Amino acid sequence: MPSGASIMPSRSSGKQGSWVIIFWIADIICRFLCARVRVPLSCGEETALIASLEGRRGMPSSKPPYPASSGYLGRPTVVNNVETLSNLPAIVREGPEWYRGIGAAGCPGTKIFSVSGRVNMSGLVEVPMGTTFDTIVNDILGGVKKGRSLKALHIGGPTGCMLPVDLMDVPVTYEALKEKGLIMGSGGVLVMDDRTCVVNTVSYFMEYVDKQSCGKCIPCREGTRRMAEILGGITRKPDDEEGHTTLERFKGVMQLESLAEVMKDTSLCGLGQNAPNPVLSTLKYFRNEYEEHIFNRKCPSNSCTELRSWYIDVEMCTGCSICAKRCPSEAIIGTARHPYFIVQEKCIGCGICFEVCKFSAVYFK
Amino acid sequence: LDAEFALRFANFRPYILNSQNMGIALEVNGRNIEAEQGETLLSALNRHGIQVPTICSMKDLSPSGACRMCVVEVEGRDNLVPACSFPIDGPMKILTHSPRVLRARKTNVELLLSNHPDDCLYCERNGSCELQSLSEDLNIRERRIPGKRSPHKIDKSSPAIVRDPAKCILCGRCVRICEEIMSTCSFDFAFRGNELRIATTLGKPLNYSNCTSCGQCLIACPTGALIEHVQFPELEARIHAPDTLVVAQYSPAAAIAVAEQLGMRPGTDLGGMIAAVLRRYGFDFVFESAFGSDLLMVEQTEIFKERMKEERDFPLLTSSCPAWVHFIEQYYPELLSELSPLKSPHQMTGALIREWLPSLLDSGKKEIVSVLITSCTAAKTEARKVEMTRGGMPVIDLVLTTRELGRMIKLSGLDLEQLEPEPPDAPFFSTASAGKLTGVAGGEAEATVRTLYHRATGKEIPPSKLHRFRIHKSIRTMTVKAGQREIRMGTVSGLSHAVALLEEIKSGKRKLDLLEVMACPGGCINGGGQPIPVDEALIRTRTKAIYELDNSSSLHTAHGSPALQKCYHDYLVEPGGKLSLDLLHTTFTKREVLL
Repeated sequence: MPSGASIMPSRSSGKQGSWVIIFWIADIICRFLCARVRVPLSCGEETALIASLEGRRGMPSSKPPYPASSGYLGRPTVVNNVETLSNLPAIVREGPEWYRGIGAAGCPGTKIFSVSGRVNMSGLVEVPMGTTFDTIVNDILGGVKKGRSLKALHIGGPTGCMLPVDLMDVPVTYEALKEKGLIMGSGGVLVMDDRTCVVNTVSYFMEYVDKQSCGKCIPCREGTRRMAEILGGITRKPDDEEGHTTLERFKGVMQLESLAEVMKDTSLCGLGQNAPNPVLSTLKYFRNEYEEHIFNRKCPSNSCTELRSWYIDVEMCTGCSICAKRCPSEAIIGTARHPYFIVQEKCIGCGICFEVCKFSAVYFK
Repeated sequence: LDAEFALRFANFRPYILNSQNMGIALEVNGRNIEAEQGETLLSALNRHGIQVPTICSMKDLSPSGACRMCVVEVEGRDNLVPACSFPIDGPMKILTHSPRVLRARKTNVELLLSNHPDDCLYCERNGSCELQSLSEDLNIRERRIPGKRSPHKIDKSSPAIVRDPAKCILCGRCVRICEEIMSTCSFDFAFRGNELRIATTLGKPLNYSNCTSCGQCLIACPTGALIEHVQFPELEARIHAPDTLVVAQYSPAAAIAVAEQLGMRPGTDLGGMIAAVLRRYGFDFVFESAFGSDLLMVEQTEIFKERMKEERDFPLLTSSCPAWVHFIEQYYPELLSELSPLKSPHQMTGALIREWLPSLLDSGKKEIVSVLITSCTAAKTEARKVEMTRGGMPVIDLVLTTRELGRMIKLSGLDLEQLEPEPPDAPFFSTASAGKLTGVAGGEAEATVRTLYHRATGKEIPPSKLHRFRIHKSIRTMTVKAGQREIRMGTVSGLSHAVALLEEIKSGKRKLDLLEVMACPGGCINGGGQPIPVDEALIRTRTKAIYELDNSSSLHTAHGSPALQKCYHDYLVEPGGKLSLDLLHTTFTKREVLL
């Protein structure tokens, strides 16, 4: 347990504050026990984590009763993140006044972000509360790669929200984010430039959450799965564009928003309640990208591989026929030693022809 | 096991302890209602006639909050809250049927249906399915949410229970009833996300698991995911075959409950009707399992008398419940010597049908097809046990549940209103009410003590003397003075109560001489083969009906039954005799299962 380990040095450092005495007494009367549990994402929910610690299946239970009144083995339990606990030694050492001096008014302290994605420098950044995302990404981490433009930030992990580039000047405080309908979440930041597809990213997150859900309540178990299917249908090319599958796809898209709202409303724990966040926030800020995917079957950032239209450059093609042999849907026709041709109606957009072509004759639009 | 229960309920304990009968005013849909501090929102709403749909919640089981069907809007809360597991802690403003709530409920049912097969017409539970009625109530008329369904395999390995995971909606009722009421723990959740399923240990088929086939999960299951192994088609194939003698025996609990399946007033005894219908349906003989129960009382009395001489610490445990026998063979093999070494009543009757009946008939050598109609699903498994076979063949060929009987009566096209009841056939009938009492928990102990009293004193015990034993409780004990000796008798129904009581007896806290154990809570009248749905009031009605049969009967004791006396006179000679040992007694073996 990090708290136990961190309190010890503060005691031996010799500073005789009242906090130190309290912890010293606590250290004598409490025994710290460190338990290691291997848990999925769903055990991020405190009741599920407690269930897992008790040796039961890691499934959340209804609140109330809250763990603070009845938690581990029916006893009052406080569940805190490592980040919260890691602040304690510094507060004990320097005092609460010092801590309140850092950060924004009403939201003191610092926040650690784990920034990754299409950014020049990725890694962990600790900033005082109230810093804007613009400062974090552009000033501290050097912005996106040269020649690319920043499109969005995904903040708060797989169940977080998508922040469009015009909201980059939002200060990092819980109130300011809540005002915009966003959440801080785990503090993960995924930087996305113009080569990243918003819908594809959301689809990936939804598949991930679907696998990580404990499966106890219906909205989370069935809802994430259906949303992942619907989003997959948008970003992938179906076997045939005709009739039933197209209808089903449109039917699904129609349900996407209401499904997301019901999931948010009725899910048992935080995982299910936050799972639709990526969908709801992107539907709010990137609706045009969805429309482009659905109506025109095109990915604006060209990153949904299956939605790309592949062509063969007549000048470059030597007619070696390897692409025609490897095509899984027999969409490439032609005669040997003459340029080949891709039948767009049959193409499923897998990109195998691009990979196998030795003469770089295959390209996409 | 107790520790596990404590753990499970731990979360809810503070609220139960704090519950004081304090009136709290709730505003529900604009009207004020009174509620108690600490009770769940659902119980308060139901008490005031506001119906909130539920799937996963069940009376007597710990709340789970999984199905999200009972969600209601509470002012001041961001999300909808589940009424089934929300303790009332102060005045609240609640909307139970607002558009937001209705949309949430409807979407959740639609999500369930998106992964549910569309074969209602072929489903065993068509008409009694809770998912079906819920989607009807919520006015769902199209498959709005498209999607792929999970692939599943039907598990037909158990002789009693068929599991179709495709129809499972993962409400966890079977898991909880198996753990909390039956303490068998055959099922639990496995895997997660959309892979979540109900599985037995290591995902093995049901026949490898520790399932006792009690069938309580069939009654708990809201859909057709758990159904009995239907043997009705097999019966139809064999009933009209030439040169076969099709013989039926029906249990008293089935005769009481089948009325519900046919839409008649609950608690109506259709014993005579069953005989009339079955004869018209093509059965050659219709017998009563109650005859076997009478035999059981008389044989058990002999065993008990022998045992009393030994002055054992442990009570004589009855063995008439097949699920209980299965359970004790698995979990308490050290107690097998305390079990009364008798078969169950229907197996006794079955053995006599095989061995004695042919000699009574002069119709030459005909193949006998012996059919049992019972409220018990464990009897289906029991019929396939090696101990119950004679010459390598099962004594009872087909076992039908009360539900199957109901379907058979409907199929026969007979109007029960215009049918005259007919008595069952000789020689296996019971005019004494003792045998019929085995249908309820405590009945077997009561009837055995009647015969015991007679054997000890030579007099009949007045039936009203034992009426104190008939209270509606899971564990009951009573002391009866029979001659010089006092008999401390007890009964327990529900395996979790049985486990608790056995532990008490083991630790010496309780001393008993005779303990009747029934696996299903309430006894056979609440067996796994009984009509669905069932609730506590219905169980009481059925229990009352059985006791009514006893009260109105002129002959109360098993040993007084003329059919039984004739059987001993003509065939078995004496209780505990050579033939009795061969036909009516059995042995028990330790069962190694995956736990």
